[in-house]
Amino acid sequence: MTGTIEKTDSIVEIKHLKKYFHVSGGKLHAVDDVTLSIPRGKTLGLVGESGCGKSTLGRVVIGLISATGGEIFFNGKDSLKYGPAERAQFRKHAQIVFQDPFSSLNPRMTVSQLIAEPMVINRAYSHRSELDHKVKKLMDTVGLAERLINSFPHELDGGRRQRIGIARALALDPEFIVLDEPVSALDVCIQAQILNLLGELKKERGYTYLFISHNLSVVRYVSDEIAVMYLGQVVEKADNLRLFQDPVHPYTQALLSAIPVARLNRKKGRILLEGDVPSPVNPPPGCRFAGRCAYRQDVCMKQTPELREIEPSHLVACHFARNLRPHA
Amino acid sequence: MADFQKKLLDIRDLTVQFDTDSGVVHAVNHLNMQLEEGKALGFVGETGAGKTTTALAILQLIQSPPGEITSGEIWFKGQNVREMTEAELRNMRGREIAMIFQDPMTSLNPIMTVEEQIMEMISLHSDLKGSEVRERALEMMRLVGIRPERAKDYPHQFSGGMRQRVGIAIALACKPSLLIADEPTTALDVTIQAQVLELIKDLQKQVKTSMLLITHDLGIVAETCDSVAIMYAGHLVEYADIQHLYGNPLHPYTQGLFNAVPDLESPITEKLAVIQGLPPDPTNLPRGCSFSPRCPYAQAECLEKPCGMREIEPGHFIDCYFPHQYEGGSRA
Repeated sequence: MTGTIEKTDSIVEIKHLKKYFHVSGGKLHAVDDVTLSIPRGKTLGLVGESGCGKSTLGRVVIGLISATGGEIFFNGKDSLKYGPAERAQFRKHAQIVFQDPFSSLNPRMTVSQLIAEPMVINRAYSHRSELDHKVKKLMDTVGLAERLINSFPHELDGGRRQRIGIARALALDPEFIVLDEPVSALDVCIQAQILNLLGELKKERGYTYLFISHNLSVVRYVSDEIAVMYLGQVVEKADNLRLFQDPVHPYTQALLSAIPVARLNRKKGRILLEGDVPSPVNPPPGCRFAGRCAYRQDVCMKQTPELREIEPSHLVACHFARNLRPHA
Repeated sequence: MADFQKKLLDIRDLTVQFDTDSGVVHAVNHLNMQLEEGKALGFVGETGAGKTTTALAILQLIQSPPGEITSGEIWFKGQNVREMTEAELRNMRGREIAMIFQDPMTSLNPIMTVEEQIMEMISLHSDLKGSEVRERALEMMRLVGIRPERAKDYPHQFSGGMRQRVGIAIALACKPSLLIADEPTTALDVTIQAQVLELIKDLQKQVKTSMLLITHDLGIVAETCDSVAIMYAGHLVEYADIQHLYGNPLHPYTQGLFNAVPDLESPITEKLAVIQGLPPDPTNLPRGCSFSPRCPYAQAECLEKPCGMREIEPGHFIDCYFPHQYEGGSRA
């Protein structure tokens, strides 16, 4: 879709990715024809509200769930066509940190067992002492006090639990990490510590992140580029700064205006969207946002807008991008 | 503080402790806080700061054991709730003070229709009878934007935002004098959060309710509240109207909070200025100022003895010996 994809060194290239779930009412279009690329060493922020398919996208990219269609190139090779050996390697190189540190950790394992697990499974160390050393190093890296080494997850607060999740993801020295709402469960101060930690790790070790979050303030802070999803589709993608300065899609505009800012002197008006996000099951043709859009026209209800480049590296899926007028 | 009559809620020297296996948790320590009629107070702090415990203490819902209010008075409409009888408390809860919870899925009854749940509140806590109860329930549903044809639906049939609207309808059904909203939008998406906050603000004015808004989000407070109380490790550390607090935050913890939260208008720096370390163990609070172990400006005095709340300018209270001008500039 963009001419620039081939030129940059992208670690991940997603092309026309689809993931449908069969549910009782029909097909749930969780991810519907998404094309994105993530340059090496960069962070792509993926934002959207619950149910927009951002977590599903992250999981499909990492190979935790299968794709319904499309291609995902990892270091130039389609990861959906990997054999078993390649897949095992891929799993080391691509890691994920989950959203909910309560349900993603085995409650019957201690901190050291949890952090050691990926290394034990992959036989990363032949000596127990090396493994213990690495576990302690990882705990130090993610800011877990050594006295917690024999604690169980239920004894720890959400912040510490999430640090275990991050330590597990780092254990095998990956290249690419999907961060699925990694700081959403954390207190603001801890959140800042974790964001700094993730930033340092990226700088020191050259990690590439897919940073999935509903929190645009956080995404703005960590990302190089940002893609906004709505009901399974990317509606806008741009450089970090440009997206916030010049949001073009009506959904992006509403989303940005809805974020509370800790300042009193803010003049920006709020765009209140009507109603809720519609069901992703058997979505009707046309723009998915049309039902809530103040600028919808007849064509929006009939024809799905393509994600098109309106300026260099600024992509928008709206028939009337830059040409919005209130609907009659 | 002389015009005591005008205070709807006046908390004096409140201390709440929990006796646990790992020791006595000092959840709330010598808290003094007032809320005027018709105003909204933002109650801000991180997990474990004592915000929810304070709310439960106001309602006299601290489970005992393990919890215990060891000192203090909670004056609500001129009456000390700590001295109320169980019958008086039941009468106060729901009718005079209502609460909205963070997670509407777990606070609603899954096997009652939303109409029944709103009606239950009205028939228990108001003098309305018979068909008036249903009428009021329908009126509340209209007020919060739930279509009447959904009255017979169950909570699981609603989205998160709509469920929270049900929670708001229940809380405001009896036109309480005080609404305690405990992280009411934390579980919601931002566009839905915007709708719900707008609704709470509107209704707060219409029903003329005061509000204690518990949140960790200084952005929500900026939009919704008249004054702010910042809690840290069971202590109130700064307390002011929003103009003072956002214009001139003085406690190092408050400043740290502002720095730690990137917002849409803060410059993107390579690193966020974090508050180093972690909150103290609530079973073993520092002898001096509870923030001193993490405070960049801490001096010997700070480690010895807490400063105590003092009025640094009219209406602006802080618990700090050495307030520094905030380097991040005014947000007012």
